[in-house]
Amino acid sequence: MRPLTEEETQAVFKKLAEYTGASLKNIIAPQEDGDRNVFRLSQNRVYLVRLSMANLATSIARDNLLSLGTCLGKFTKSGKFRIHITALPILAEHARHKLWIRPNGVMPFLYGGNIVKAHVGRYSEDCPEHQGLVVYTMDDVPLGFGVSARSTAESRRLDPTGVVCFRQADCGEYLRDEDTLFQSG
Amino acid sequence: MGQGRRMKRKQGMPEALSEEHFANLKRKAGLPVEPPVEKASLSNKKRKTAKGAAAAKKPEPAPKKASVKSNGKPKKKLPEPEDDGSEDEEMGDEFDLDQLEGDASSDEEASSGDKKKKNIWSDDEDEAEEDDSVFDSDDQEEGKKGKFVFSDDEDESDAEEKLTAANIAGLSRKLDKKLAEDKAITEAELQESAMQTNIDGPKIFGEGLEDDEEEDDLAKKSQALLAPDLQLLRQRITDNIRVLDDFANLAEEGRSRAEYTAQLLKDICGYYGYSPYLAEKLFNLFTPREAFAFFEANEMPRPVVIRTNTLRTHRRDLAQALINRGVTLEPVGKWSKVGLQIFETNVPLGATPEYLAGHYIIQAAASFLPVMALSPQPNERVLDMASAPGGKTTYCSAMMNNTGIVFANDPNKERAKGLIGNVARLGVRNVIVCSYDGREFPRVMGGFDRVLLDAPCSGTGVISKDPSVKTNKDEKDFISLPHMQKQLLLSAIDSVNHASETGGFLVYSTCSVTTEENESVVNYALSRRPNVKLVDTGIPFGKEGFTSFMGKKFHPSLKLTRRFYPHAHNIDGFYVAKFQKIGPTPPNAIGAAGKKSGGAGADAEVEVVDRTPIATDDDAEEAEEKKAGKKAKGSSNGPSAKGDFSAFDEEEDVKYIEKAKKNAMRRRGLDPRSLKKPKAQEKK
Repeated sequence: MRPLTEEETQAVFKKLAEYTGASLKNIIAPQEDGDRNVFRLSQNRVYLVRLSMANLATSIARDNLLSLGTCLGKFTKSGKFRIHITALPILAEHARHKLWIRPNGVMPFLYGGNIVKAHVGRYSEDCPEHQGLVVYTMDDVPLGFGVSARSTAESRRLDPTGVVCFRQADCGEYLRDEDTLFQSG
Repeated sequence: MGQGRRMKRKQGMPEALSEEHFANLKRKAGLPVEPPVEKASLSNKKRKTAKGAAAAKKPEPAPKKASVKSNGKPKKKLPEPEDDGSEDEEMGDEFDLDQLEGDASSDEEASSGDKKKKNIWSDDEDEAEEDDSVFDSDDQEEGKKGKFVFSDDEDESDAEEKLTAANIAGLSRKLDKKLAEDKAITEAELQESAMQTNIDGPKIFGEGLEDDEEEDDLAKKSQALLAPDLQLLRQRITDNIRVLDDFANLAEEGRSRAEYTAQLLKDICGYYGYSPYLAEKLFNLFTPREAFAFFEANEMPRPVVIRTNTLRTHRRDLAQALINRGVTLEPVGKWSKVGLQIFETNVPLGATPEYLAGHYIIQAAASFLPVMALSPQPNERVLDMASAPGGKTTYCSAMMNNTGIVFANDPNKERAKGLIGNVARLGVRNVIVCSYDGREFPRVMGGFDRVLLDAPCSGTGVISKDPSVKTNKDEKDFISLPHMQKQLLLSAIDSVNHASETGGFLVYSTCSVTTEENESVVNYALSRRPNVKLVDTGIPFGKEGFTSFMGKKFHPSLKLTRRFYPHAHNIDGFYVAKFQKIGPTPPNAIGAAGKKSGGAGADAEVEVVDRTPIATDDDAEEAEEKKAGKKAKGSSNGPSAKGDFSAFDEEEDVKYIEKAKKNAMRRRGLDPRSLKKPKAQEKK
């Protein structure tokens, strides 16, 4: 486990900023109790964790440390940062653009489908094309995230079967991808 | 004839009882019980066997007849309500004319013409009818021969012999009359239904007749074997329990309590499928009646319970959301504010959007208890020593409201995957997942405010979940498991920070009900660690732990521990003990351990663990080095170090100073061995 290098930090921040926009700094801002969130890298996975926790976790040997705090995603072999569904709670808190889907669209989304216009309940205004979106149910339960296929204005003119948002991650992955999603020694 | 019928009638009675028993069994065991299934298949087969079969059936060996008849009796009525209903609608109109002519006796001629029109269904049905008529005559004939057959049967015939001739005559007349009436009714019914479905099946099934017959016999045989066997066993079990309950009055003379118990145990083994060893072990925990209830409860599944993730939602909201999805549920009990018991569900509970969004976790009610006993407070440091699949860990985190730190340890990395999944899904952020052997723990990290040890165990409390426990646990398991549990418990105790302002607590729990894994282990820990005491678990229900069991005396404070049973509380069998650590582990605690026999391995392990509290070292090589060093030095300076706790010991201190130096060097990224090497050379 180690802090991120400069490049890694940049890759992570860039990715996060797609979803959070300017409120990215809130993620790493010091908290009231003096603690703050830090990024830690362990076996290619990036974790967002309180500093006090990260310090304690140094006692755990590398081979035995499987997870700490919230896993944001992992670095691929080629050095790209891939964000995981486990980062959803963080993104949902700080999301800039949001999309709410109707009850009839929840299951298709959780099975890994893209979001079609017919399933969209609400949509953040002024969302440009190819921008990170966090997907919620109508009662504000975060379900996953993706990127917008069209800008808000364009998607208004879309027919009901047109794709509004490309899925990137959804909660269903906890069941579907349990084997690959998490580190196992 | 008359007598035969009477016999038949008489024989019929206990069989009807057996039906009831099966119904009972089925209901209680919640199994897809074989007997009813077999009966169904049997009756199906009988339907297939056509008229020709009747002839073949007559020369059957005697004992089978009992079962044939018993089956035949209810069967007579079976086809009519079941099949006719559907059949009537289908073909009532069409075949009325034919059927009116059709007599049960002239089935074949009448139906040969109809056959084309009829579907397979009706074929079957007709055969059933035919078969039934066959059975009737069969029964009668059997009855004639049956005299001898049934007089062999002890129970029934005993009573019969007592009847005087007059009685027999009178009784048989009466019975004959009654039977004739019954017969008339059934025959009328038969004819009626035959009229509706008069087709001939034999041609279709003619070829398979012999095979069918064989199968039929087999099925009957197994039926005959199975039915009275289980029924008898159960009867005997209940009888024996009754006798054991009131031994002074009910026992036969000359039979000792031990004999009754042995018989009962044997029956239980046979009836429920336990290994004799385990059956005895479990039986000894209870009174006979309670043991029976326990074994019965193990055959029934426990209710499905989910725990609300209070980090994400509230129980009421969750309940509402699930009710909208068609789930029938209800709070699990007054004792829990987060549990919901599921009665019925139309959706898979492990795949609802609420589940995926982390609003709840499926968790047995019993595994709420250790966490409730632990009651972790916000901003504490908690250790869960064997945490997969994470139900308890996430409950801890939820109680702490995502503050503080929870170390979730599980030695099995594969299981840890599920743990990480649950932790992530439930939005828990204060968990560090690691995979150590729990016995390494105070060495990896100590000073926890609270430690939860849900020790690996034999699982005798969760037999309803995993019935393989019944047979695959033997003496060895009940030696090795407690051994490991003792080691784990000692290292758990040593990991607790006694000086913690809010905590200093340790909860030990198992999903087993045996004393070896529970009271004995706790008692052992109390004897080895004078710096811990048992405290009240704070769980409002459950039975007190044993303070003495089969001649073994445990510490009186074991009363404060809690046992939970499936039959008493309708949760898995469970054991919870809560300790409070009131002082540091004195070095001579280990010395005390050394005196006692048994668990030498554990002592060695603990010794290493205890005397190197600051070593956060993970280098195996170095650990070995230390061990080796310790063993070498053990004889010379070991006793002195153990003997006086408070006094300064220069020699000992040097070691610690050295270790601290090494740690400091490692922190700075230097190789600590470079420090040691020159010293070792100097010593030489």
